[in-house]
Amino acid sequence: MIEGILIGLSTALSLTNILMVMVGCFAGTIIGMLPGLGPMTAIALMIPITYGFDPSTGLILMAGVYYGAVFGGSTSSILLNAPGIPGTVATAFDGYPMAQQGKAGKALAIAAYSSFAGGTISAIFLLVAAPSLSKVSLAFRSPDYFALMILGLTAISAFSSKGQFLKAMMMVVLGLMLATVGQDSLSDITRFTFNNMNLTDGISFVLIVMATFAMSEALTIIFRGKDPNRAAKQISLTELGSIKVNKEETIKMAKTIPRSSILGFLIGVLPGAGATIASFLAYGMERNYVNEEEKQKFGKGSVHGLSAPETANNAACSGSFVPLLTLGIPGSGTTAVMLGALLGFGIQPGPRLYQTNPEIFWSVIMSMYIGMVVLLILNLPLIPYIARILAVPRNYLIPLILFFSVTGIYLMSFNNFDIFLMIGIAVIATFLRLYDFPMPPLILAFVLGGLMEETLRRSLLISDGSPNFLWDRPITLIILLITITIVGWQIFSTFRKKS
Amino acid sequence: MRISPTKFISLLFLVLSVFYLYTAYNIQVFAFDENAPFNARTFPIYLGWAGIILSSLKIILPEKVTTEVNHKYLDYKSLIYLIIISLIYAAVILKIGYFISTSLFLFASYYFLGERRWGLMFILSFPFVAAFMYLLHGLLNIYLRDPFLKYIGVMG
Repeated sequence: MIEGILIGLSTALSLTNILMVMVGCFAGTIIGMLPGLGPMTAIALMIPITYGFDPSTGLILMAGVYYGAVFGGSTSSILLNAPGIPGTVATAFDGYPMAQQGKAGKALAIAAYSSFAGGTISAIFLLVAAPSLSKVSLAFRSPDYFALMILGLTAISAFSSKGQFLKAMMMVVLGLMLATVGQDSLSDITRFTFNNMNLTDGISFVLIVMATFAMSEALTIIFRGKDPNRAAKQISLTELGSIKVNKEETIKMAKTIPRSSILGFLIGVLPGAGATIASFLAYGMERNYVNEEEKQKFGKGSVHGLSAPETANNAACSGSFVPLLTLGIPGSGTTAVMLGALLGFGIQPGPRLYQTNPEIFWSVIMSMYIGMVVLLILNLPLIPYIARILAVPRNYLIPLILFFSVTGIYLMSFNNFDIFLMIGIAVIATFLRLYDFPMPPLILAFVLGGLMEETLRRSLLISDGSPNFLWDRPITLIILLITITIVGWQIFSTFRKKS
Repeated sequence: MRISPTKFISLLFLVLSVFYLYTAYNIQVFAFDENAPFNARTFPIYLGWAGIILSSLKIILPEKVTTEVNHKYLDYKSLIYLIIISLIYAAVILKIGYFISTSLFLFASYYFLGERRWGLMFILSFPFVAAFMYLLHGLLNIYLRDPFLKYIGVMG
């Protein structure tokens, strides 16, 4: 293994490759910050460019773009409450409130440090345990995935709704309902389209997230503009751009990062689960770990609440390379694009890659790590300048957020039905938010809806329609018991407070 | 009797769930799939029932935490203006193209939000959108449909 690491290092540390990773990180950050363009698009954009390079250089460029785009996505989540990809939605829960308090630079720095630390720890896991972990990923079956998604949705409802569990569960159901609009994945039967062709393909994730987060946030700022409690505070530019993290905050991060990295990596290893579930579960788990005083800060700019999902989503990104490199199974959309690029270079990922092309295997792993180091070095000095976006006066910032949201949708579909739909959903979301109906459970449910139906379908077909699949396998049973415990705890705490 | 806004929203959600469930039962499935353990209807039917149960619970159970909103502080006028401008923008974007509609949308939004520095408003609308389009179309090679710019020969 040591020999492999050295081969990977010598390849990744050549002058050309370092230059490539720098270019990749920079381009990825810019693309990731643009509405509707996530790591998948960023890597796809790079594929034609990389065909002129040798495989290692091409993959190193893509690794840089990948991490850059993830960081860019976190930036728009924190500064504008506009997560471009599902994996950075949970980052906005505490990152955006922190930025609103005039600590945008600090929030971006915490996100950068946490991403780096999460990536580092998971890269070590990847080095040590990749081949053996691939067996874990194969051990998960449809009923286990279904149970895992139920757990994820229950956890986010319980932990992100500040005591309003029923409201959050209603939002989960609404998110799942929205996810069923369009063609059924197996039979191609159209559902809930009401003969409208524009709905046949379903509603896109970017539309939902831009409507419920970015656009509705902009509308809420205008709507509650006269509220003295929400009046814009005078933010000093120095404080806004400051990336200094004090000792207390460092200690908080140091506690959060290890557990979120482990959780993120393990979830990332499971094909299909990926950074989204990892970041939401890490957020929920972290809220459970901290003391009562810290718990109250969640959703209002908690360091734990920002660090946990950022660490977990980066750890999950590395974890998702385990099934790709060891089994040839892409675990997420982004790794599917990476698989396409690898095949384009004539490399077939799978159990034999480790033996047949060790230099590729190790240089991909090492370049991912170097990508993270370069990202941290490149982006930290830029944070004070990026954070100044928030110093733009409200009269300009609000229209620019709306412009960002509409452009994201227009770029994907080039029709105005989606823009009308987005405005409609944003208006409804604005009123729902006014009465404390939380949006994160809706988003997670929407993201998981398709996969959840798919796994339920497989489970029920295998068990011939019987619900036995819920307790037949130990993994499923354990996950469901955790879910029941969370629901039970919510009911118990409701009655305890009443009494 | 005064119904709280949360319970009113839950009531609307109950109506939506009933309608969703009714539509779910009416999804046309293939004849051979009709009695299968899982077909295109199954998941939506579960969701419809879940929506009905959860919203009913919310309506029936007493509210533990009430959300108070002071309507005196809500700026309905600006919100309605902004929504109308956005709807007009959505309506004309295909007809007059991305560049002009987006620039006009930004300019009008700045104006309705109280901005009166005309020079800055202009720079942050027309040249800003042009620069953004150049970044997407010119540098990143991301296709951005604009029939007007195509017509006058600026875009290929």
